[in-house]
Amino acid sequence: MRHHGNADVSRRGLLLGAAASAALTATPRHGQAMPADGDAPPAPHPGPAPVMNPVMNRVSLTVNGTAQTLEVDTRTTLLDALREHLHLTGTKKGCDHGQCGACTVIVDGRRINSCLTLAIMHEGGSVTTVEGLGTPARLHPMQAAFVKHDGYQCGYCTPGQICSAVAVLDEIKAGIPSHVTASLTDAPQPTHAEMRERMSGNICRCGAYSNILDAMTDVAGQRTAGQQNGRDPA
Amino acid sequence: MKPFTYERATSPADAAAKAASIPGARFIAGGTNLLDLMKLQIETPAHLIDLNGLGLDKIEDTPDGGLRIGALVRNTDLAADMRVRRHYGVLSRALVAGASGQLRNVATTAGNLLQRTRCPYFYDPNQPCNKRQPGSGCSAIGGVSRQLGIVGTSEACIATHPSDMAVAMRVLDATVETVRPGGAFRAIPIADLHRLPGDTPHVETTLEQGELITAVTLPKPVGGVQLYHKVRDRASYAFALVSVAAIMQPGDTNGIAWGRVALGGVAPKPWRVEAAEAHMKQGAKAVTAGLLADARPTADNRFKIKLAERTLAAVLTEARG
Repeated sequence: MRHHGNADVSRRGLLLGAAASAALTATPRHGQAMPADGDAPPAPHPGPAPVMNPVMNRVSLTVNGTAQTLEVDTRTTLLDALREHLHLTGTKKGCDHGQCGACTVIVDGRRINSCLTLAIMHEGGSVTTVEGLGTPARLHPMQAAFVKHDGYQCGYCTPGQICSAVAVLDEIKAGIPSHVTASLTDAPQPTHAEMRERMSGNICRCGAYSNILDAMTDVAGQRTAGQQNGRDPA
Repeated sequence: MKPFTYERATSPADAAAKAASIPGARFIAGGTNLLDLMKLQIETPAHLIDLNGLGLDKIEDTPDGGLRIGALVRNTDLAADMRVRRHYGVLSRALVAGASGQLRNVATTAGNLLQRTRCPYFYDPNQPCNKRQPGSGCSAIGGVSRQLGIVGTSEACIATHPSDMAVAMRVLDATVETVRPGGAFRAIPIADLHRLPGDTPHVETTLEQGELITAVTLPKPVGGVQLYHKVRDRASYAFALVSVAAIMQPGDTNGIAWGRVALGGVAPKPWRVEAAEAHMKQGAKAVTAGLLADARPTADNRFKIKLAERTLAAVLTEARG
């Protein structure tokens, strides 16, 4: 296990203590309890925010198969924990608001926007970033397919596209329906329409979409062929 | 983001009690909307209570043949549940019409209901907004309002509720179950969860401070053809200009025996007028006239009235088969 953090115990204790006292003296932001019938209730969040010092918390999680313990400001997103604390800079910060998909990673088997979740919410979680999918010497089939089909231009969105693409094929395989699935009760198939719809949370300003689709189609075909041969290369 | 303290909830009742008593406390579940707003300092909680460890993530059959959906069930899991796909198709369809795959994997059932408006003036801290800063004025009225509400709005706010899922829940007559800070439970019909803005648009629901949604229940299936049509500026990953959630029972001489319909993208809450459904056999124009009788559109969004009628017409055509 590796331990990361910029605060020793005494510093952490000092920060926590300062935060706790700030919380205790903070001005209440909420009105009195609202009547149950909901008539003219007071504002749920009126007034200014209390002034508070940064608060540190510890979180332990597994990243690309390695156990990590981090000491982070509670405000740290999973994206910033990966990039700034663990120096896994493959995962990119694009919009930082869940709109572009550049920060997509796979957490406990599901693709998510790492910019819209706090690191401390993932105690015991398992995170896979683009660095964990494959290595330059041993690429993941999706990484190899992106290279083969030229599925990028500037490359900034590519780690998110690849993490998303890997998870999309898993979602189709798991039978999760999408907006373009014709019948809700039939298993969805890895068609172009399905892949395009499911990849809509990943934006590529260079417009590499058709080549990304070719890469995904290639891997989906490998999977089908692999399953027929009794193995799954993806 | 402003600094905040953080704890993991130990039980729903404990979470509700703490949220009512700790100054500036907020619940966090998926966090996809809350963190977005915290980064803009539109939401500035002093304390977050994380609900993810409470086990509220199950979908169970109810004794009367319905479904009880835990508050923390993710949008993806709800859309993919075979009971939902078979018997509550409008809900699956609405869920997969919303957001992106990444967001649906995280966003929760209760969080979806409680998400805040995407009105661009609410999202811009440099602009007056009665919802964000009570009493400061509404920039959307007289501003760019093409996306915004046409009915149920007020002089103080014309924002829409952005959810697709909630529109389907409304047409399914869902009930919201909560636990209150004192530990008491209550059940709120989905129609009564969201408030109209009136002169207090910052008060968006009838929940009291600290009251925690624990589940959403659906009554036993009513059958029918269940459809969700969403009209938007992009083919995917965009909020509705207008959406129609519908349950239609084909039959009769005019093709429809009965029908229920709710609109999204037009109002501060999922918009359903039960009395208008009596006109279903007369067609989309008559039903829309009833649904939007009180509409007060802006010049920018007047088109939504005709768009709603045409979208409903398409739904009726599809339902007749």
